[in-house]
Amino acid sequence: MNRLGVRIVAPVAVGILFIALWQLGVWLSGVKPYVLPGPIDVAQSLWTDGSGLLVSLWFTLKVTLVALAAAVLFGGLIAILFSLSRLVEISFFPYVVILQVTPLVAIAPLIIIWIHTPFIALLVCAWIIAFFPIVANTTVGLNSADRNLVALFRLYGASTWQVLCHLRMPTALPYFLTGLRISGGLSLIGAVAAEFVAGTGGEETGLAYRILESEYRLMIPRLFAALILLSLTGIVIYLVTDFISRLVLRHWHESAETGEEE
Amino acid sequence: MPAAVGAADTSPLPIVELRGVSKRFANGLEALAGIDLTVKRGEFLSLLGPSGCGKSTLLRIVAGLVPPTGGTCQLSMGGQTGRRAASGRVGFVFQDPTLMPWSTVSNNVLLPFRIVGRLGAKERERAASAISAVGLCGFEQAYPRELSGGMRMRVSIARALVTDPDLLLLDEPFAALDEITRLALNDDLLRLWEERRPTILFVTHSVFESVYLSTRIAVMTARPGRISADLPVALPQPRARATRSSPDYVAMCDRVSAELGIAMGER
Repeated sequence: MNRLGVRIVAPVAVGILFIALWQLGVWLSGVKPYVLPGPIDVAQSLWTDGSGLLVSLWFTLKVTLVALAAAVLFGGLIAILFSLSRLVEISFFPYVVILQVTPLVAIAPLIIIWIHTPFIALLVCAWIIAFFPIVANTTVGLNSADRNLVALFRLYGASTWQVLCHLRMPTALPYFLTGLRISGGLSLIGAVAAEFVAGTGGEETGLAYRILESEYRLMIPRLFAALILLSLTGIVIYLVTDFISRLVLRHWHESAETGEEE
Repeated sequence: MPAAVGAADTSPLPIVELRGVSKRFANGLEALAGIDLTVKRGEFLSLLGPSGCGKSTLLRIVAGLVPPTGGTCQLSMGGQTGRRAASGRVGFVFQDPTLMPWSTVSNNVLLPFRIVGRLGAKERERAASAISAVGLCGFEQAYPRELSGGMRMRVSIARALVTDPDLLLLDEPFAALDEITRLALNDDLLRLWEERRPTILFVTHSVFESVYLSTRIAVMTARPGRISADLPVALPQPRARATRSSPDYVAMCDRVSAELGIAMGER
């Protein structure tokens, strides 16, 4: 078996072993399903409540992806503004940090009071925690351009705009992609955390609300099912952003080395 | 003076004229003081000196990348004088290859044309010719990380040559390379200079390299940087491996070493 095969088979084997031990533990201890359901209970719940949960998953996913897109767009733009003017960076960066270090759960109630559409309110919450890694990483990247290359661009008469497009932006790409990978997970966390605070019922509800609802009704297998869907979503987001990162950097950046070949 | 000057000397003005150039950095360090230097068209002039003597700073002043704090630096190329004359007529090679890792060899070499917005068939042809001139045919689509240190430096030289500059500035380009690669690149540089005859201003701290390559050597002292000796190198052209073992070469190296010793304060 090749090394890639081992990398897939080994963690899967650990997972199967864990699930088997979990089921065995539940059987042997006789613990009630409303305290700790076994994997079979969870699977049943996933099967019966699946369609309802998927609708909620879709809602959470929409919030997550739109927030991530907004974080990429505004985070990138803010980073470019910072890189163009040291004064702007010095003036505004502390406020970006304040926005980042203030716990989301503390400001989410305010946002939910101010913004009446639940979707938009959740979006803003998710965006607030997703955009910082992109701003911070991209700003460092834009400022990391090789000084001699900057000199060379100036020697050939390049404009600030050309230096930005042909030198600073490509230099910042690996940094930006690192930010993206972090922000992908954070926007999901933001979307879920904000919904916990909002606790919105209404027509459109996300997975967080499903978890709260299952807890109130002691439908713990369904709670677990929702949790599993959330984890899977997070894993998929990570894998996709990681794949994009490797694809974009495959020719030139050391981080894209797989270590499998050669 | 037997210094071989082959380029058509159309302008009566020297290609580079430094008068009383001094440079003091913001931290108070006096890098250069009262530099007077005239570079003639087609010359291969080496700036030789110990580390920290301001040779690189001097080269950057000539390139217009650093303003001098005193004196003037006048460039005359293509019938024009001043900073405007320099645009597109000066090539610069740094100590590191300074390539864009995200671009192929071909795109790195095309950079000067991309900046001025000219990327036609003619420019691509010139890039191909510059790449072949440094012996990198077949590597056009390679990325810098796939190349060895010597090959990356060749790309850097091709990029500096692609605009067919009148003035080529090289800042210790081979200092980070191993001896074998360095000797090979020395010969390549000489061949390119003989073929295209740009004026070359070459910064180095190697006596042997400066004598082998140059038609003239300016020896510099450190802190502040001054020119302490200006020596023509009267070795026959073209130079080849055999030059390195000729008695004249050895004698010249001795003489330059002695001047360098004086410059460094070892009397």
